[in-house]
Amino acid sequence: MSVFDGLKFRGISSPIHMLDPRIKFFYVCSIFVVAIIFFELLPLLVLFLFQIPFVILARVQKEWIRSLRGAAFLASIIFGTNILFRFIYAGYTLTASDVEYASAMTLRFIALVESFSIFFLTTSPDHLGLALEKSHIPYEFCFAFTTAVRFVPVLAEEAQTIMDAQKARGLELEKGNFLRRIRNYIPILIPLIISAIRRSLELAEAMEARAWGAIEKRTNLYTLKMKRNDYLLVLVSIAVIIVGIFVKIYVSVPTISNLLGF
Amino acid sequence: MIEIKDLWFTYPNGVEALRNISLEIRKGEFVAIMGQNGAGKTTLIKHFNGLLKPSKGAVLVDGVNTESVSVAKLARKVGFIFQNPDNQLFCETVEDEIAFALKNFGFKEAPLKRRVTWALNLLGLMEYRKASPFMLSGGERKRVALASVLAWDPQVVVMDEPTIGQDYSQKEKLRQFIIQLNTQGKTVVVVTHDVEFVSECNPRVILMSGGRIVADGIGKDVLTDVELLTQASVVLPQVTEIFMGIKDLEFPLDVIDLYEAKELLLKRLGGK
Repeated sequence: MSVFDGLKFRGISSPIHMLDPRIKFFYVCSIFVVAIIFFELLPLLVLFLFQIPFVILARVQKEWIRSLRGAAFLASIIFGTNILFRFIYAGYTLTASDVEYASAMTLRFIALVESFSIFFLTTSPDHLGLALEKSHIPYEFCFAFTTAVRFVPVLAEEAQTIMDAQKARGLELEKGNFLRRIRNYIPILIPLIISAIRRSLELAEAMEARAWGAIEKRTNLYTLKMKRNDYLLVLVSIAVIIVGIFVKIYVSVPTISNLLGF
Repeated sequence: MIEIKDLWFTYPNGVEALRNISLEIRKGEFVAIMGQNGAGKTTLIKHFNGLLKPSKGAVLVDGVNTESVSVAKLARKVGFIFQNPDNQLFCETVEDEIAFALKNFGFKEAPLKRRVTWALNLLGLMEYRKASPFMLSGGERKRVALASVLAWDPQVVVMDEPTIGQDYSQKEKLRQFIIQLNTQGKTVVVVTHDVEFVSECNPRVILMSGGRIVADGIGKDVLTDVELLTQASVVLPQVTEIFMGIKDLEFPLDVIDLYEAKELLLKRLGGK
Protein backbone atom coordinates (compact mmCIF):
# COMPACT_ATOMS: atom_id res chain seq x y z
CA MET A 1 0.00 0.00 0.00
CA SER A 2 3.03 2.24 0.07
CA VAL A 3 2.16 3.45 -3.46
CA PHE A 4 -1.02 5.02 -2.13
CA ASP A 5 0.79 6.52 0.83
CA GLY A 6 3.05 8.32 -1.61
CA LEU A 7 0.06 9.96 -3.25
CA LYS A 8 -1.85 10.89 -0.11
CA PHE A 9 -2.23 14.58 0.54
CA ARG A 10 -0.18 15.93 3.46
CA GLY A 11 -1.76 18.96 5.06
CA ILE A 12 1.29 21.01 5.88
CA SER A 13 1.88 24.55 4.73
CA SER A 14 4.65 25.23 2.27
CA PRO A 15 5.08 27.50 -0.76
CA ILE A 16 4.25 24.52 -2.98
CA HIS A 17 1.05 23.73 -1.06
CA MET A 18 -0.08 27.32 -1.54
CA LEU A 19 0.19 27.19 -5.32
CA ASP A 20 -2.87 27.21 -7.52
CA PRO A 21 -3.67 23.57 -8.38
CA ARG A 22 -4.33 24.47 -12.01
CA ILE A 23 -0.83 25.80 -12.37
CA LYS A 24 0.61 22.81 -10.57
CA PHE A 25 -1.22 20.57 -12.98
CA PHE A 26 0.15 22.57 -15.89
CA TYR A 27 3.62 22.03 -14.43
CA VAL A 28 3.01 18.26 -14.18
CA CYS A 29 1.88 18.29 -17.83
CA SER A 30 5.02 20.12 -18.91
CA ILE A 31 7.17 17.53 -17.12
CA PHE A 32 5.08 14.85 -18.79
CA VAL A 33 5.63 16.30 -22.26
CA VAL A 34 9.38 16.62 -21.81
CA ALA A 35 9.61 13.14 -20.31
CA ILE A 36 7.96 11.49 -23.29
CA ILE A 37 9.86 13.31 -26.03
CA PHE A 38 13.23 12.06 -24.84
CA PHE A 39 14.58 8.55 -25.20
CA GLU A 40 18.03 9.33 -23.83
CA LEU A 41 19.15 8.86 -20.25
CA LEU A 42 20.87 12.20 -19.75
CA PRO A 43 17.91 14.59 -20.24
CA LEU A 44 15.66 12.30 -18.23
CA LEU A 45 18.19 12.34 -15.44
CA VAL A 46 18.20 16.13 -15.56
CA LEU A 47 14.39 16.09 -15.45
CA PHE A 48 14.46 13.79 -12.43
CA LEU A 49 16.94 15.97 -10.54
CA PHE A 50 15.14 19.14 -11.59
CA GLN A 51 12.11 18.20 -9.50
CA ILE A 52 13.97 17.46 -6.27
CA PRO A 53 14.06 21.13 -5.15
CA PHE A 54 10.26 21.14 -5.37
CA VAL A 55 10.08 18.10 -3.09
CA ILE A 56 12.38 19.75 -0.56
CA LEU A 57 10.50 23.03 -0.77
CA ALA A 58 7.22 21.21 -0.13
CA ARG A 59 8.76 19.29 2.81
CA VAL A 60 7.37 15.95 1.67
CA GLN A 61 10.70 14.11 1.21
CA LYS A 62 9.68 11.15 3.35
CA GLU A 63 6.41 10.54 1.52
CA TRP A 64 8.07 11.19 -1.81
CA ILE A 65 10.69 8.52 -1.15
CA ARG A 66 7.90 6.17 -0.14
CA SER A 67 6.12 6.76 -3.46
CA LEU A 68 9.36 6.00 -5.29
CA ARG A 69 9.75 2.83 -3.29
CA GLY A 70 6.19 1.92 -4.20
CA ALA A 71 6.97 2.51 -7.86
CA ALA A 72 10.12 0.39 -7.65
CA PHE A 73 8.29 -2.84 -8.44
CA LEU A 74 6.73 -1.53 -11.65
CA ALA A 75 9.99 0.21 -12.52
CA SER A 76 11.89 -3.05 -12.25
CA ILE A 77 9.35 -4.71 -14.56
CA ILE A 78 9.82 -1.91 -17.10
CA PHE A 79 13.58 -2.29 -16.86
CA GLY A 80 13.42 -6.06 -17.12
CA THR A 81 11.12 -6.20 -20.17
CA ASN A 82 13.11 -3.51 -21.98
CA ILE A 83 16.35 -5.37 -21.42
CA LEU A 84 14.73 -8.64 -22.43
CA PHE A 85 13.26 -7.37 -25.70
CA ARG A 86 16.38 -5.45 -26.65
CA PHE A 87 18.34 -8.59 -25.94
CA ILE A 88 16.14 -10.78 -28.15
CA TYR A 89 15.78 -8.12 -30.86
CA ALA A 90 19.53 -7.61 -31.18
CA GLY A 91 20.09 -11.31 -31.65
CA TYR A 92 20.92 -12.36 -28.10
CA THR A 93 23.60 -9.77 -27.42
CA LEU A 94 23.52 -6.94 -25.00
CA THR A 95 25.46 -3.69 -25.32
CA ALA A 96 25.93 -0.81 -22.95
CA SER A 97 23.53 1.30 -25.02
CA ASP A 98 20.79 -1.29 -24.52
CA VAL A 99 21.22 -1.07 -20.77
CA GLU A 100 21.19 2.70 -21.05
CA TYR A 101 18.00 2.65 -23.12
CA ALA A 102 16.27 0.41 -20.56
CA SER A 103 17.47 2.67 -17.74
CA ALA A 104 16.13 5.70 -19.61
CA MET A 105 12.69 4.11 -20.01
CA THR A 106 12.68 3.25 -16.30
CA LEU A 107 13.79 6.73 -15.33
CA ARG A 108 11.09 8.24 -17.54
CA PHE A 109 8.50 6.31 -15.56
CA ILE A 110 10.10 7.34 -12.27
CA ALA A 111 10.20 11.00 -13.29
CA LEU A 112 6.48 10.84 -14.12
CA VAL A 113 5.67 9.18 -10.81
CA GLU A 114 7.77 11.85 -9.12
CA SER A 115 5.83 14.73 -10.67
CA PHE A 116 2.44 13.16 -9.98
CA SER A 117 3.51 12.40 -6.44
CA ILE A 118 4.49 16.04 -5.87
CA PHE A 119 1.14 17.13 -7.27
CA PHE A 120 -0.99 14.82 -5.15
CA LEU A 121 1.09 15.17 -1.99
CA THR A 122 0.69 18.94 -2.02
CA THR A 123 -2.81 19.42 -3.40
CA SER A 124 -5.78 18.89 -1.12
CA PRO A 125 -8.80 17.18 -2.69
CA ASP A 126 -10.79 20.34 -1.97
CA HIS A 127 -8.43 22.50 -3.97
CA LEU A 128 -8.45 19.99 -6.75
CA GLY A 129 -12.23 20.06 -6.94
CA LEU A 130 -12.18 23.83 -6.91
CA ALA A 131 -9.68 23.88 -9.77
CA LEU A 132 -11.83 21.54 -11.82
CA GLU A 133 -14.88 23.65 -11.14
CA LYS A 134 -13.03 26.76 -12.28
CA SER A 135 -12.18 24.94 -15.48
CA HIS A 136 -15.94 24.82 -16.24
CA ILE A 137 -16.35 21.13 -15.58
CA PRO A 138 -19.87 20.36 -14.26
CA TYR A 139 -19.93 20.26 -10.47
CA GLU A 140 -21.23 16.69 -10.36
CA PHE A 141 -18.12 15.44 -12.14
CA CYS A 142 -15.79 17.51 -9.98
CA PHE A 143 -17.44 16.14 -6.89
CA ALA A 144 -17.21 12.56 -8.13
CA PHE A 145 -13.55 13.08 -8.89
CA THR A 146 -12.61 14.63 -5.56
CA THR A 147 -14.57 11.97 -3.71
CA ALA A 148 -12.72 9.26 -5.59
CA VAL A 149 -9.37 10.83 -4.70
CA ARG A 150 -10.39 11.26 -1.11
CA PHE A 151 -11.46 7.64 -0.77
CA VAL A 152 -8.22 6.15 -2.05
CA PRO A 153 -6.60 6.05 1.41
CA VAL A 154 -9.82 4.75 2.94
CA LEU A 155 -9.92 1.92 0.43
CA ALA A 156 -6.24 1.22 0.99
CA GLU A 157 -6.89 0.81 4.70
CA GLU A 158 -9.87 -1.40 3.99
CA ALA A 159 -7.78 -3.54 1.66
CA GLN A 160 -5.31 -4.03 4.49
CA THR A 161 -8.05 -5.19 6.87
CA ILE A 162 -9.44 -7.58 4.26
CA MET A 163 -5.97 -8.95 3.64
CA ASP A 164 -5.57 -9.55 7.37
CA ALA A 165 -8.97 -11.25 7.56
CA GLN A 166 -8.15 -13.62 4.70
CA LYS A 167 -4.67 -14.31 5.99
CA ALA A 168 -6.30 -15.26 9.28
CA ARG A 169 -8.23 -17.86 7.29
CA GLY A 170 -5.02 -19.37 5.99
CA LEU A 171 -4.70 -17.51 2.69
CA GLU A 172 -1.09 -17.25 1.59
CA LEU A 173 -0.75 -14.44 -0.93
CA GLU A 174 2.85 -15.24 -1.81
CA LYS A 175 2.20 -18.89 -2.52
CA GLY A 176 2.39 -20.52 -5.97
CA ASN A 177 3.47 -19.42 -9.43
CA PHE A 178 2.67 -16.08 -11.06
CA LEU A 179 -0.89 -16.96 -12.18
CA ARG A 180 -1.68 -18.59 -8.89
CA ARG A 181 -0.53 -15.47 -7.08
CA ILE A 182 -2.87 -13.32 -9.12
CA ARG A 183 -5.72 -15.69 -8.30
CA ASN A 184 -4.80 -15.41 -4.62
CA TYR A 185 -6.00 -11.81 -4.78
CA ILE A 186 -9.59 -12.72 -5.68
CA PRO A 187 -10.57 -13.16 -1.99
CA ILE A 188 -9.22 -9.64 -1.40
CA LEU A 189 -10.71 -7.92 -4.43
CA ILE A 190 -14.30 -9.17 -4.17
CA PRO A 191 -14.94 -7.93 -0.61
CA LEU A 192 -13.15 -4.70 -1.48
CA ILE A 193 -15.32 -4.02 -4.52
CA ILE A 194 -18.50 -4.96 -2.72
CA SER A 195 -17.72 -2.74 0.23
CA ALA A 196 -16.84 0.12 -2.13
CA ILE A 197 -20.22 -0.21 -3.83
CA ARG A 198 -22.02 -0.40 -0.49
CA ARG A 199 -20.11 2.62 0.72
CA SER A 200 -20.98 4.62 -2.37
CA LEU A 201 -24.68 3.86 -2.00
CA GLU A 202 -24.57 4.91 1.63
CA LEU A 203 -22.67 8.05 0.73
CA ALA A 204 -25.25 8.93 -1.91
CA GLU A 205 -28.05 8.62 0.62
CA ALA A 206 -26.17 10.62 3.23
CA MET A 207 -25.55 13.36 0.66
CA GLU A 208 -29.15 13.54 -0.42
CA ALA A 209 -30.17 13.70 3.23
CA ARG A 210 -28.04 16.85 3.41
CA ALA A 211 -29.71 18.44 0.39
CA TRP A 212 -27.04 17.80 -2.18
CA GLY A 213 -27.96 19.38 -5.49
CA ALA A 214 -30.81 21.42 -3.99
CA ILE A 215 -29.78 24.58 -5.79
CA GLU A 216 -28.35 24.98 -9.27
CA LYS A 217 -25.62 27.48 -8.58
CA ARG A 218 -23.39 26.70 -5.64
CA THR A 219 -21.14 29.16 -3.89
CA ASN A 220 -17.73 28.27 -2.51
CA LEU A 221 -16.15 28.94 0.85
CA TYR A 222 -12.71 29.30 -0.72
CA THR A 223 -11.87 30.77 -4.08
CA LEU A 224 -8.73 30.39 -6.15
CA LYS A 225 -6.67 33.43 -6.96
CA MET A 226 -3.43 33.56 -8.91
CA LYS A 227 -0.51 34.95 -6.91
CA ARG A 228 3.07 35.87 -7.70
CA ASN A 229 4.40 32.35 -7.17
CA ASP A 230 1.74 30.96 -9.47
CA TYR A 231 2.87 33.18 -12.33
CA LEU A 232 6.43 32.15 -11.56
CA LEU A 233 5.55 28.48 -11.89
CA VAL A 234 3.76 29.17 -15.19
CA LEU A 235 6.99 30.68 -16.48
CA VAL A 236 9.04 27.75 -15.18
CA SER A 237 6.69 25.25 -16.83
CA ILE A 238 6.75 27.06 -20.16
CA ALA A 239 10.53 27.28 -19.93
CA VAL A 240 10.72 23.54 -19.26
CA ILE A 241 8.71 22.81 -22.40
CA ILE A 242 10.63 25.27 -24.59
CA VAL A 243 14.03 24.09 -23.42
CA GLY A 244 12.91 20.50 -23.82
CA ILE A 245 11.72 20.98 -27.39
CA PHE A 246 14.73 23.10 -28.28
CA VAL A 247 17.16 20.47 -27.04
CA LYS A 248 15.20 17.75 -28.79
CA ILE A 249 15.36 19.49 -32.16
CA TYR A 250 18.67 21.32 -32.19
CA VAL A 251 21.00 19.51 -29.82
CA SER A 252 22.24 15.99 -30.31
CA VAL A 253 22.18 14.49 -26.84
CA PRO A 254 25.23 12.40 -26.05
CA THR A 255 24.62 9.05 -24.41
CA ILE A 256 26.24 8.39 -21.07
CA SER A 257 28.12 5.40 -22.47
CA ASN A 258 29.60 7.74 -25.09
CA LEU A 259 30.58 10.23 -22.44
CA LEU A 260 32.24 7.52 -20.41
CA GLY A 261 33.96 6.29 -23.56
CA PHE A 262 32.50 2.79 -23.97
CA MET B 1 -1.38 -21.16 25.39
CA ILE B 2 -0.49 -17.57 24.54
CA GLU B 3 2.42 -15.99 26.27
CA ILE B 4 3.42 -12.37 25.81
CA LYS B 5 6.69 -11.04 27.13
CA ASP B 6 7.46 -7.31 27.30
CA LEU B 7 5.66 -6.58 24.05
CA TRP B 8 6.05 -3.16 22.46
CA PHE B 9 4.53 -2.29 19.14
CA THR B 10 4.89 0.80 17.00
CA TYR B 11 3.03 1.21 13.71
CA PRO B 12 5.04 2.23 10.64
CA ASN B 13 3.51 5.73 10.86
CA GLY B 14 5.12 6.16 14.28
CA VAL B 15 2.12 5.58 16.55
CA GLU B 16 3.17 3.63 19.62
CA ALA B 17 0.18 1.33 20.08
CA LEU B 18 1.43 -1.12 22.69
CA ARG B 19 3.74 -0.38 25.59
CA ASN B 20 5.36 -3.09 27.60
CA ILE B 21 2.59 -5.69 27.62
CA SER B 22 3.21 -8.92 29.52
CA LEU B 23 0.42 -11.42 29.65
CA GLU B 24 -0.30 -15.09 29.80
CA ILE B 25 -3.50 -16.67 28.53
CA ARG B 26 -3.82 -20.27 29.65
CA LYS B 27 -5.48 -23.11 27.80
CA GLY B 28 -9.25 -23.13 28.20
CA GLU B 29 -9.45 -19.63 29.61
CA PHE B 30 -12.14 -17.11 28.70
CA VAL B 31 -10.72 -13.61 28.47
CA ALA B 32 -12.40 -10.31 27.66
CA ILE B 33 -10.18 -7.41 26.62
CA MET B 34 -11.77 -4.03 27.24
CA GLY B 35 -10.83 -0.38 26.89
CA GLN B 36 -11.65 2.73 24.91
CA ASN B 37 -11.04 3.20 21.17
CA GLY B 38 -7.35 3.41 20.46
CA ALA B 39 -6.35 1.67 23.69
CA GLY B 40 -4.54 -0.99 21.66
CA LYS B 41 -6.98 -3.90 21.99
CA THR B 42 -7.14 -4.84 18.33
CA THR B 43 -3.41 -4.26 17.91
CA LEU B 44 -2.81 -6.66 20.79
CA ILE B 45 -4.98 -9.48 19.47
CA LYS B 46 -3.49 -9.15 15.99
CA HIS B 47 -0.27 -10.36 17.62
CA PHE B 48 -1.96 -13.61 18.65
CA ASN B 49 -1.93 -15.03 15.13
CA GLY B 50 1.06 -13.17 13.79
CA LEU B 51 -0.79 -10.57 11.69
CA LEU B 52 1.43 -8.10 13.51
CA LYS B 53 4.89 -8.92 14.76
CA PRO B 54 6.33 -7.31 17.91
CA SER B 55 8.57 -4.26 17.56
CA LYS B 56 10.16 -5.36 20.83
CA GLY B 57 9.53 -8.37 23.04
CA ALA B 58 8.04 -11.72 22.06
CA VAL B 59 4.74 -13.50 21.58
CA LEU B 60 4.64 -17.27 22.02
CA VAL B 61 1.68 -19.30 20.84
CA ASP B 62 1.75 -22.84 22.20
CA GLY B 63 5.45 -22.33 22.83
CA VAL B 64 6.20 -21.14 19.29
CA ASN B 65 7.52 -17.64 18.70
CA THR B 66 5.15 -15.89 16.25
CA GLU B 67 8.09 -14.25 14.57
CA SER B 68 9.39 -17.56 13.26
CA VAL B 69 6.22 -18.88 11.56
CA SER B 70 3.70 -17.69 8.96
CA VAL B 71 0.24 -16.34 9.73
CA ALA B 72 -1.26 -19.36 7.96
CA LYS B 73 0.54 -21.74 10.32
CA LEU B 74 -0.55 -19.82 13.40
CA ALA B 75 -4.09 -19.43 12.09
CA ARG B 76 -4.47 -23.19 12.27
CA LYS B 77 -4.23 -22.85 16.06
CA VAL B 78 -5.66 -19.37 16.55
CA GLY B 79 -8.94 -18.64 14.78
CA PHE B 80 -9.54 -14.91 14.37
CA ILE B 81 -12.99 -13.49 13.70
CA PHE B 82 -12.95 -9.92 12.45
CA GLN B 83 -15.36 -7.26 13.49
CA ASN B 84 -16.94 -6.80 10.08
CA PRO B 85 -17.96 -10.02 8.27
CA ASP B 86 -18.03 -8.08 4.99
CA ASN B 87 -14.25 -7.90 5.17
CA GLN B 88 -13.94 -11.57 4.41
CA LEU B 89 -17.01 -12.90 2.59
CA PHE B 90 -16.42 -13.37 -1.13
CA CYS B 91 -17.71 -16.79 -2.24
CA GLU B 92 -20.84 -17.61 -4.19
CA THR B 93 -22.36 -19.80 -1.51
CA VAL B 94 -22.18 -20.03 2.25
CA GLU B 95 -20.85 -23.54 1.87
CA ASP B 96 -17.90 -22.42 -0.27
CA GLU B 97 -17.22 -19.62 2.17
CA ILE B 98 -16.82 -22.10 5.01
CA ALA B 99 -14.75 -24.45 2.86
CA PHE B 100 -12.34 -21.65 1.86
CA ALA B 101 -10.14 -21.80 4.94
CA LEU B 102 -10.28 -25.61 5.02
CA LYS B 103 -8.95 -25.71 1.47
CA ASN B 104 -6.18 -23.31 2.43
CA PHE B 105 -5.20 -25.64 5.24
CA GLY B 106 -5.13 -28.58 2.84
CA PHE B 107 -8.06 -30.63 4.16
CA LYS B 108 -8.96 -33.63 2.00
CA GLU B 109 -12.35 -33.96 0.31
CA ALA B 110 -14.11 -36.18 2.85
CA PRO B 111 -13.07 -34.48 6.11
CA LEU B 112 -13.63 -31.12 4.42
CA LYS B 113 -17.27 -31.96 3.69
CA ARG B 114 -17.72 -33.31 7.19
CA ARG B 115 -16.29 -30.15 8.72
CA VAL B 116 -18.44 -27.87 6.58
CA THR B 117 -21.61 -29.73 7.54
CA TRP B 118 -20.55 -29.67 11.18
CA ALA B 119 -19.93 -25.91 11.12
CA LEU B 120 -23.20 -25.21 9.30
CA ASN B 121 -25.10 -27.16 11.95
CA LEU B 122 -23.18 -25.54 14.78
CA LEU B 123 -24.27 -22.04 13.77
CA GLY B 124 -27.72 -23.03 12.49
CA LEU B 125 -26.91 -22.16 8.90
CA MET B 126 -27.94 -25.43 7.26
CA GLU B 127 -30.85 -23.89 5.37
CA TYR B 128 -28.54 -21.24 3.84
CA ARG B 129 -25.81 -23.58 2.65
CA LYS B 130 -26.51 -22.82 -1.02
CA ALA B 131 -27.42 -19.17 -0.47
CA SER B 132 -25.12 -16.29 -1.40
CA PRO B 133 -23.51 -14.78 1.70
CA PHE B 134 -24.26 -11.31 0.35
CA MET B 135 -28.00 -11.94 0.42
CA LEU B 136 -28.03 -12.72 4.13
CA SER B 137 -28.83 -10.31 6.95
CA GLY B 138 -26.11 -8.74 9.09
CA GLY B 139 -26.52 -11.22 11.92
CA GLU B 140 -26.47 -14.16 9.54
CA ARG B 141 -23.37 -12.88 7.80
CA LYS B 142 -21.70 -12.65 11.17
CA ARG B 143 -22.61 -16.27 11.83
CA VAL B 144 -21.19 -17.30 8.45
CA ALA B 145 -17.93 -15.56 9.34
CA LEU B 146 -17.95 -17.36 12.68
CA ALA B 147 -18.67 -20.72 11.08
CA SER B 148 -15.95 -20.20 8.49
CA VAL B 149 -13.42 -19.91 11.30
CA LEU B 150 -14.76 -22.53 13.70
CA ALA B 151 -14.88 -25.07 10.84
CA TRP B 152 -11.20 -25.89 11.23
CA ASP B 153 -11.60 -26.25 14.99
CA PRO B 154 -8.83 -23.88 16.18
CA GLN B 155 -7.71 -24.24 19.79
CA VAL B 156 -8.02 -20.53 20.44
CA VAL B 157 -10.90 -18.38 19.18
CA VAL B 158 -10.26 -14.64 19.06
CA MET B 159 -13.22 -12.35 18.38
CA ASP B 160 -13.01 -8.64 17.66
CA GLU B 161 -16.20 -6.85 18.76
CA PRO B 162 -18.57 -9.80 18.27
CA THR B 163 -21.62 -7.97 19.63
CA ILE B 164 -21.55 -4.88 17.42
CA GLY B 165 -24.63 -4.50 15.25
CA GLN B 166 -26.41 -7.48 16.79
CA ASP B 167 -29.88 -7.25 18.27
CA TYR B 168 -30.46 -8.38 21.83
CA SER B 169 -31.59 -11.92 21.09
CA GLN B 170 -28.68 -12.46 18.70
CA LYS B 171 -26.36 -11.21 21.37
CA GLU B 172 -27.82 -13.58 23.93
CA LYS B 173 -27.44 -16.50 21.50
CA LEU B 174 -23.87 -15.45 20.83
CA ARG B 175 -23.17 -15.28 24.53
CA GLN B 176 -24.46 -18.76 25.13
CA PHE B 177 -22.54 -19.97 22.12
CA ILE B 178 -19.28 -18.49 23.37
CA ILE B 179 -19.81 -19.98 26.83
CA GLN B 180 -20.52 -23.34 25.23
CA LEU B 181 -17.30 -23.12 23.22
CA ASN B 182 -15.41 -22.27 26.36
CA THR B 183 -16.87 -25.13 28.40
CA GLN B 184 -15.85 -27.47 25.58
CA GLY B 185 -12.28 -26.50 26.33
CA LYS B 186 -11.63 -23.78 23.78
CA THR B 187 -9.59 -20.78 24.77
CA VAL B 188 -11.74 -17.76 23.98
CA VAL B 189 -10.55 -14.17 23.71
CA VAL B 190 -13.14 -11.46 23.12
CA VAL B 191 -12.44 -7.79 22.48
CA THR B 192 -15.44 -5.65 23.28
CA HIS B 193 -16.84 -2.35 24.52
CA ASP B 194 -20.00 -4.05 25.71
CA VAL B 195 -19.87 -3.97 29.52
CA GLU B 196 -23.22 -5.69 29.94
CA PHE B 197 -22.13 -8.50 27.66
CA VAL B 198 -18.95 -9.00 29.66
CA SER B 199 -20.65 -8.83 33.04
CA GLU B 200 -23.09 -11.53 31.97
CA CYS B 201 -20.33 -13.79 30.67
CA ASN B 202 -18.15 -13.20 33.73
CA PRO B 203 -14.76 -13.96 32.15
CA ARG B 204 -11.29 -12.84 33.15
CA VAL B 205 -11.21 -9.14 32.30
CA ILE B 206 -8.17 -7.33 30.95
CA LEU B 207 -8.52 -3.57 30.90
CA MET B 208 -6.36 -1.53 28.53
CA SER B 209 -5.65 2.16 28.29
CA GLY B 210 -3.08 4.05 26.23
CA GLY B 211 -1.39 0.87 25.01
CA ARG B 212 -0.90 -0.57 28.50
CA ILE B 213 -2.72 -3.13 30.59
CA VAL B 214 -4.17 -1.23 33.56
CA ALA B 215 -6.05 -4.11 35.17
CA ASP B 216 -6.25 -7.85 34.88
CA GLY B 217 -8.54 -9.93 37.05
CA ILE B 218 -11.97 -11.43 37.52
CA GLY B 219 -14.97 -9.40 36.34
CA LYS B 220 -16.25 -8.86 39.88
CA ASP B 221 -13.08 -6.97 40.78
CA VAL B 222 -12.31 -5.08 37.60
CA LEU B 223 -15.80 -4.06 36.52
CA THR B 224 -16.65 -2.60 39.93
CA ASP B 225 -13.52 -0.49 40.35
CA VAL B 226 -14.83 2.97 39.53
CA GLU B 227 -11.42 4.62 39.45
CA LEU B 228 -9.96 2.09 37.04
CA LEU B 229 -12.97 2.17 34.76
CA THR B 230 -12.94 5.95 34.59
CA GLN B 231 -9.28 5.88 33.66
CA ALA B 232 -10.02 3.47 30.81
CA SER B 233 -13.26 5.26 29.78
CA VAL B 234 -15.41 2.21 30.44
CA VAL B 235 -18.78 2.58 32.17
CA LEU B 236 -20.00 0.48 35.07
CA PRO B 237 -22.43 -2.37 34.38
CA GLN B 238 -25.97 -1.12 35.03
CA VAL B 239 -26.52 -3.55 37.90
CA THR B 240 -23.39 -2.32 39.65
CA GLU B 241 -24.44 1.26 39.11
CA ILE B 242 -27.76 0.59 40.84
CA PHE B 243 -26.06 -1.04 43.79
CA MET B 244 -23.59 1.82 44.10
CA GLY B 245 -26.49 4.26 43.93
CA ILE B 246 -28.14 2.62 46.92
CA LYS B 247 -25.01 1.95 48.91
CA ASP B 248 -26.55 3.57 52.00
CA LEU B 249 -28.69 0.46 52.25
CA GLU B 250 -25.49 -1.50 52.84
CA PHE B 251 -25.58 -3.77 49.87
CA PRO B 252 -22.33 -5.27 48.59
CA LEU B 253 -20.76 -3.07 45.89
CA ASP B 254 -19.19 -5.76 43.74
CA VAL B 255 -22.35 -7.12 42.14
CA ILE B 256 -22.19 -7.52 38.37
CA ASP B 257 -24.47 -10.47 37.87
CA LEU B 258 -28.22 -10.03 37.36
CA TYR B 259 -29.06 -13.28 39.11
CA GLU B 260 -26.98 -12.40 42.16
CA ALA B 261 -28.59 -8.96 42.27
CA LYS B 262 -32.06 -10.45 42.23
CA GLU B 263 -31.21 -12.84 45.06
CA LEU B 264 -29.79 -10.04 47.20
CA LEU B 265 -32.80 -7.82 46.66
CA LEU B 266 -35.29 -10.58 47.31
CA LYS B 267 -33.52 -11.52 50.51
CA ARG B 268 -33.67 -7.93 51.75
CA LEU B 269 -37.30 -7.51 50.73
CA GLY B 270 -38.21 -10.78 52.43
CA GLY B 271 -39.51 -12.41 49.27
CA LYS B 272 -38.59 -15.78 47.84
